[in-house]
Amino acid sequence: MARIRLEGLTKAFGPVVAVNDVNLSIEDGELLALLGPSGCGKSTILLMLAGIYRPTRGDIYFDDQRVNDVPPKGRGVGLVFQSYALYPHMTVFDNIAFPLRLRRAKREEIERRVREVARTAQIEELLARKPSQLSGGQQQRVALCRALVKEPELLLLDEPLSNLDARLRIETRTEIKRLQRELGITTILVTHDQIEALTMADRIAVMRSGVIEQLSKPQELYERPANLFVASFIGDPPMNLVRMEFRNDGGMPRLETAGLTIQLPPSARPQLERAEGREVVLGVRPEDLRFRTEPAPGLPVAQVFMLEPLGRDTLVDMRAGQQSIRALVPGSSEAKIGDTVYLQLEVEKLHVFDGVTGVRLDLGAGEQPALRVEAKGGA
Amino acid sequence: MPELAQNRPAAGLRADPRVLARERRRERALAFGVYAFLIIVSLPLVAGYGWLVLNSFSTELVHGVWPEGFTLRHWRFLWEPPSDYYPDLWRTTWNTLWLAIGMTVTMVAVATPTAYALSRMKFRGRSLFLALTLILHAFPGITLLIATYYVLRTLGLLNSIPGVFLVKAALMLPLGVWVMKGFYDAISWDVEMSALVDGASRIQTWYKVMLPQVMPGVASISIFSFIYGWSEYIYVITFIQDKNAWTLSSYINSIVGDYRFLDYGLLSATALFYIAPVLLFFFFTQKYLMRVTIGGTKGGS
Ligand SMILES: Nc1ncnc2c1ncn2[C@@H]1O[C@H](COP(=O)(O)OP(=O)(O)OP(=O)(O)O)[C@@H](O)[C@H]1O
Ligand SMILES: [Mg+2]
Repeated sequence: MARIRLEGLTKAFGPVVAVNDVNLSIEDGELLALLGPSGCGKSTILLMLAGIYRPTRGDIYFDDQRVNDVPPKGRGVGLVFQSYALYPHMTVFDNIAFPLRLRRAKREEIERRVREVARTAQIEELLARKPSQLSGGQQQRVALCRALVKEPELLLLDEPLSNLDARLRIETRTEIKRLQRELGITTILVTHDQIEALTMADRIAVMRSGVIEQLSKPQELYERPANLFVASFIGDPPMNLVRMEFRNDGGMPRLETAGLTIQLPPSARPQLERAEGREVVLGVRPEDLRFRTEPAPGLPVAQVFMLEPLGRDTLVDMRAGQQSIRALVPGSSEAKIGDTVYLQLEVEKLHVFDGVTGVRLDLGAGEQPALRVEAKGGA
Repeated sequence: MPELAQNRPAAGLRADPRVLARERRRERALAFGVYAFLIIVSLPLVAGYGWLVLNSFSTELVHGVWPEGFTLRHWRFLWEPPSDYYPDLWRTTWNTLWLAIGMTVTMVAVATPTAYALSRMKFRGRSLFLALTLILHAFPGITLLIATYYVLRTLGLLNSIPGVFLVKAALMLPLGVWVMKGFYDAISWDVEMSALVDGASRIQTWYKVMLPQVMPGVASISIFSFIYGWSEYIYVITFIQDKNAWTLSSYINSIVGDYRFLDYGLLSATALFYIAPVLLFFFFTQKYLMRVTIGGTKGGS
């Protein structure tokens, strides 16, 4: 098992910088998710960790040993490719045995370990088949077995679930998590599916264009997104984001935009002082937004525009001034289309971001840790 | 609505027996037409082979077509040379086989690794090299005849089978390399990277993971090379005078060019002897060729 550390890791393909100055450390036995949109450099990081790509700059450490120059075979890494990359000319057994044979393991040992890992993944009865005779889910298990059979220091999973149907995905998710726990293998999971990351990972690194935007625990990622990108990327349906202006005149800190004014507690003042007169972006998650149909003085007003029943919840589409805002309410909505409703906002559930840099600004409600991510110039 | 169904039967309307019957009739008519056409165009070829067979087993062909009298006289060359002028037939056959096998081995041995490098590695001049091989292939080999003659003479490879198959293979290699490259290109990078991560070296990856997947390509260039080598004519008669190094094409060539009257019976028998192995070989290997297109295995990735 290993502790992994990336320092200033950069990879450029010609003019394209796929990974840009990534610093990251992964604890022994931890499951870290790399989450981000397509093309943000997730697979490139994995391939550098596996020793396939050589970093353009920066260092990779396994347990404080620099491995930049260690070839793949010396790294003890198990990698499950998004395409599974099984060897089509070999049976399942030979696929799984391949890493062991390369190490010149004894016949009996190969036999024993292949059967053992196949039993764990419940594919024992498939050992004699060729990959082309397997379903996607079965191929995925074989790929996982092949990665696990060599008892790797580090397990890399590149979107292992993306080819599976919704139900199988949920099952496999749990199974991988269980297996990883049991074996205690340091694991990096690449995904662009936030649910996958939120449910499986100990920590999540959200990436965009080769840069890590935020690295934190799943809950914190959801509750305290460090910037606008993370805020809009995490959460489904996505967070409501409204451009507003911060006003502080008359001793009443508030956010304003045409047709919508939101009062803030006085404690918000010091944090937002530097945003005075500037544009900020207010974020509210649909599930944090509540409203009432009886008039209440001082609450922002909105009209119900559309109702989308989702079964367990209902998505209520509203217009407040020119802004479109969505709320997710449990059960069916008591409001009807065209109703006027009054928005109830809890200060703790509001997110405010700098209108220019996109960095989170704290409202100072309750005590909260300082921001983790510094502003990036011009981002 | 019924008219519509007749004109273009939709999936849901197929059950109508009248429509089905009409469909079937049309398909049968089409198949009949196709077969008739193919039979007519291949008739001259079949007639040619038939003439060879008849000629080699009959004492005389009346008006050149009607066989009369069965004889094995023309096949006597199998155990005694037609005249002192001819070398031993079996030695000649062995030389032909040696040429075909040498050609095959050279092609496979060179094209397989070359195509791998061209498909998988980045190096300076790669695309230039690819373009040049194509140009070389477009070059009619016959224009190089005199130049290669001198090259072979300098190298002391005149009158030797390796001399012929090296030249022949050199001219066929571009095609072989391009075919093999198609097969390598069809293998995903992931599979190759996966082998590296599993602990294989680059060489091990090549022969344990890549090579087995391009075997259909190896089969196809082997078959082509073998047949081309076996039936090679122009380089053989140009580069080989020594009777000990003759191949069957030199043998037949000298029967055709014999100063005496042309013995059609003997010519037919030797010609059959010459093509029979190729036909047999092709018969047993064609199933591999059928799976192959330039791009890779049919139905493969
Ligand atoms: N071998 C390569 N040569 C050139 N550019 C590459 C190469 N591999 C990746 N890139 C580029 O680097 C960037 C990151 O690619 P990468 O495959 O790491 O993305 P990803 O985050 O894994 O995306 P996805 O979720 O679609 O798999 C992309 O812009 C891609 O075009
Ligand atoms: Mg990827």
